[in-house]
Amino acid sequence: MDKKPWKYCLEVRDLAAGYDDTPAIEGITFAIPPGQMVGVIGPNGAGKSTLFKAILGLIPRQRGEILLHEAPALSQRALMGYLPQLEEINRAFPVSVEDVVMMGRYPRVGWCRRPGPTDDESVRQALTRVDLLPHAQTQIGQLSGGQQQRALLARVLAQDPHLLLLDEPLSGVDATTQHAIFALLEELRDNGKTVVVATHDLNCVVERFDLVLCINRRVIAYGPPKEVFREDILDKTYGHHLMIVQVGDRRVVVADEHGH
Amino acid sequence: MRGWFSMIEFLVAPFEFGFMQRALLGGVLVGAICALVGTYVVLRGLAFVGDALAHAAFPGVVIAYLLKGNIYLGATIFALATALAIGLVSRRGRVSYDTAIGILFAGAFALGVLLMSTIHGYTVDLFSFLFGNVLGISQRDLLLVGLLGAMVVLTIILFYKELLLLSFDPTTAEAMGYPVQALNHLLLGLIALTIVISIQAVGIILVVALLVTPSATAYLLTERFLRMMILGVLLAALAAVIGLYLSYYLNVASGAAIVLVSTCLFFLVLASLRLWKARRPRA
Repeated sequence: MDKKPWKYCLEVRDLAAGYDDTPAIEGITFAIPPGQMVGVIGPNGAGKSTLFKAILGLIPRQRGEILLHEAPALSQRALMGYLPQLEEINRAFPVSVEDVVMMGRYPRVGWCRRPGPTDDESVRQALTRVDLLPHAQTQIGQLSGGQQQRALLARVLAQDPHLLLLDEPLSGVDATTQHAIFALLEELRDNGKTVVVATHDLNCVVERFDLVLCINRRVIAYGPPKEVFREDILDKTYGHHLMIVQVGDRRVVVADEHGH
Repeated sequence: MRGWFSMIEFLVAPFEFGFMQRALLGGVLVGAICALVGTYVVLRGLAFVGDALAHAAFPGVVIAYLLKGNIYLGATIFALATALAIGLVSRRGRVSYDTAIGILFAGAFALGVLLMSTIHGYTVDLFSFLFGNVLGISQRDLLLVGLLGAMVVLTIILFYKELLLLSFDPTTAEAMGYPVQALNHLLLGLIALTIVISIQAVGIILVVALLVTPSATAYLLTERFLRMMILGVLLAALAAVIGLYLSYYLNVASGAAIVLVSTCLFFLVLASLRLWKARRPRA
């Protein structure tokens, strides 16, 4: 990994993107320094997934720029890791967990070459970190949903990207696994990676992210949780009332049943 | 003693003939290459496209025949052009991929039939491209099959992991920066080339069977990609050998015999697996 200190890992400037002619997100501008854990929050359909797909070039940008380490992101996609929402993985495909995780190494291996011992070791380490090493030879379709999610996370780890984009990585997994995954993400952050997580779970955001990006077609707010987690901002983001309640030494977000 | 002797005679006798030796080599080579490429066809649901490209090659064959040009070249041009056309027609979104394939498949083949009907006279040669004529394969044909086949194998080796990733998870492939569209075109190109190589052995109408059946049988037997490829090749080679024996001794069409053996092998494996699973108590 390069030691060059970039001011920002990821910069997005006036981004507009969507699936047809009308943009699903627009005017998106924000910048993330390296070594940060960022939460992206917003209601369903707000554009969290769209934002990720636009950054990765999976959908075309209609306007704006996306820079990774001050150069166009599209030409550095191997440095960006992506964990999509728990979508349908091709379960019937004859590949093992190990084969799938090895796919994360392909950009580093390079065209027309075969993976080597370094790659094998990288895959082994990634599998160990997500606690799937015993299942390395299992065919991918025989894993449970949570195990699959961990396998895909291991693939991202093996890729060793500078920027990680994780779309709802904690949904569909049990609490213990959630905790373990989060600890892993924090470890990555501590090692200088930039980890961006789109999430529904507002309470985990309050506790553990360095920065929060509130999106509802546009950027509603961006900053540390202390600044962003205010009822007026959350109202604007979610379009309905949420309350922030102090429970002991934690702040908890709850839906405001009485609509004040 | 006499029994063994006549069995060996039975097995060896056909191959005293040059044409049978060439047919064996041609059949096995073609079967093997089809099974390699067929791995992707089966796993990615490309059987319909494969059949379409094969049928689309027919007008190219007829035109080359009429112009006394190179049949393989004519076939390749039309197969590749159709692959491109399918992509173009389905791009805008209103015409689905499946529909685009159907339209171009039938249209191209009809063109070939129309052109063939303009030949008032000897058309048996053209029929052999439709149904195969591996017993008529020449040294030159074998050389071409070997050369083009080597190109296919080399491409698969070079792009093994990229094609694997593309087949398993095209979204992630794109997210990592791989040129997914170009790779898809590469795969279709490989299929087109494989089809062209196989036209002589099994014919345009049946080549899809060689692309699908041995690989499908292999898929029943293994959970590993590379093993599926290798098993497919072995099964295809076996079908070619048995099919040729049948063709020789029963005096029936060779291409069809190979395909039927392949199909029987599939059902044999399927039935055996189901019986085996039924007998084992559920763990």
